[in-house]
Amino acid sequence: MEKIARIDMGAQGGPRVTFEPVGEYAGLGGRATTSIMIAKEVNPLAHALGAENKLVIAPGMLSGSAGAMTGRLSVGCKSPLTGTIKESNAGGQAAQVLARIGYAAIVLEGKPEGDDLYKIIVSAEGIKVEVDNSLKLMDNYPLVEKLRAQYGDKVAYMTIGSAGERMLYAASIACTDPELRPTRHCGRGGVGAVMGSKKVKAIILDDAGMKMRPPKYPDKFRDANRKFVEGLRKHPVTGEGLPAYGTNVLTNVINEAGGYPTRNFRSGTFEGAAKLSGEAQAELEIKRGGTATHGCHRGCVIQCSGIYNDKNGNYLTKQPEYETVWAHGGHCGIDDLDVVAELDFLDDNIGLDTIDMGVAIGVAMDAGIIKFGDGEGAIRLMKEEVAKGTPLGRLLGCGAEITGKVLGVEKVPVVKGQALPAYDPRPIQGIGVTYATTTMGADHTAGYAIATNILKSGGDVDPLKVEGQVELSRNLQIATAAIDSTGMCLFIAFAILDQPETFQAFLDMLNAFYGTELTGDSVVELGKKVLSAERDFNARAGFTKYHDRLPRFFYTDPIAPHNQVFSVSDEEMDQLYNW
Amino acid sequence: MHVTVKLFAGFRNGRIPIEETELPEGTRVIDVVNRQTIPVNEVGIIMLNNRHAKLDTELVQGDILALFPLVGGG
Ligand code: SF4
Repeated sequence: MEKIARIDMGAQGGPRVTFEPVGEYAGLGGRATTSIMIAKEVNPLAHALGAENKLVIAPGMLSGSAGAMTGRLSVGCKSPLTGTIKESNAGGQAAQVLARIGYAAIVLEGKPEGDDLYKIIVSAEGIKVEVDNSLKLMDNYPLVEKLRAQYGDKVAYMTIGSAGERMLYAASIACTDPELRPTRHCGRGGVGAVMGSKKVKAIILDDAGMKMRPPKYPDKFRDANRKFVEGLRKHPVTGEGLPAYGTNVLTNVINEAGGYPTRNFRSGTFEGAAKLSGEAQAELEIKRGGTATHGCHRGCVIQCSGIYNDKNGNYLTKQPEYETVWAHGGHCGIDDLDVVAELDFLDDNIGLDTIDMGVAIGVAMDAGIIKFGDGEGAIRLMKEEVAKGTPLGRLLGCGAEITGKVLGVEKVPVVKGQALPAYDPRPIQGIGVTYATTTMGADHTAGYAIATNILKSGGDVDPLKVEGQVELSRNLQIATAAIDSTGMCLFIAFAILDQPETFQAFLDMLNAFYGTELTGDSVVELGKKVLSAERDFNARAGFTKYHDRLPRFFYTDPIAPHNQVFSVSDEEMDQLYNW
Repeated sequence: MHVTVKLFAGFRNGRIPIEETELPEGTRVIDVVNRQTIPVNEVGIIMLNNRHAKLDTELVQGDILALFPLVGGG
């Protein structure tokens, strides 16, 4: 990872590739690389779909090494959905392969004129940018099939579906999993629209002839990695719960806690939750010959994913995540896992964020376009409207905020234009602080207060009270920004926050790899540095503390069963970045 | 008294997932855990009527108790 490739898609005479040493971005990775580069190089007032925006693709600090869990990829840009800086993170094979080829970042710049569509082939020999108009308006599954016929199965693919080409604000970038399925998405914030604006349909990453990145101290690295893996295996969340049930184990937990937003945030419990639960999902997957345990990239030892087959035992989609099951399920009053799985497949295929897409459909239900609970109607909206790019489909595909505005809905659950995920901030106050204050727009992963509020992992803060929530969210946001930079999957947090020896093993891996002497404090410093760069970008883009608020209805409308509103004061929330 | 006991995730293996039972007055959460032969140190989350509760919380008529191992996601 010693070099950066810049691809000027708008260069005179066609796209031009230049290479440079990693320079001032040395020692960074993942979110640190994307956010610090975007904050420095992109005019915050630029239009997100314009030539001035950049799309930075960066593997994490440990990606491409033999270390476990290190295959997470960061994609950064100014977001068309939120207008803020954006880091969108995905698994799949791309990060490992890109890191092994030797790039700290691939940066797409500029914007071509004309209608040609491009593909980019990155290998040990260099980078080729080729016109391929035969790919136009293809969706991800058939697109990857077609590319595989030419480039084979020993590569990783990053692609956009028709949503990205149409520059819909909820468009994602798909990364292929170990079996070459386009199922792992940089979902949030419309990063797929930015790739589409630059007319890049596919990036083919080929690491033939390249080896794993060697650590500076191989023996120490191997030793630390072994201890790290032991720690993940022995923790009940990373060793048992996530492998057996995936993230959807949360449906029952959040529903029992009264924090499961139902029918566009009208209730905190859903009568159909048991049918959507991770327990039901895992049983069904196994019964139909799929699997409830699957890794999104080689080297993942937690394996929170799975394979979801249809009634006839044929592959339908990967195991839908908790947030997907909620957005397409309870949020829409739908309690049928087969409907949710089909919608998950459609999202992956068309290339859309499952959260913003599902929340938009629920908002459209609120507007009466179809009824709550109408699974067939939801599938029809996706197939007949979104996939075909009709005017209704385009507005749905631009996410919940635009859908709500156009359809005249008052209760639109978004912060900075991005849809709230699967946890109601009224009975779970800590996650509300994260939604409101993160640099990303509403995002649960940015500071996962659910762990401490509900799951009692890494501490215990009462979800119904305001005390301690700002401090909790601050600490989690800092830690997350650092973990997102290492290339490690965020789910390691359950083990490293609970088990000091596993946290030490994580530090030892970084130190043995780079020959550094990082401590817990250095990790905190890295997290703060990333957040500061992001916050600075947002300030220059026009965001103030008054944007760090939830939609008004969370402060005025209580919901059952706790009959509580969000009550962390504005003054307290404004202290989040005061460290 | 009448109490509904719900078990989730791995606690369901070999046990009844949802059960309405008659329990003697004064029964605490830990007594239910023991009756279910769940090792106490494996109990991660205790929800009683949608609120977190503790092992020594006393149950009353009509309670809905949900027991989870430590689980996570996101
Ligand atoms: S735990 Fe899940 S999301 Fe994380 S790397 Fe493994 S499969 Fe991917």
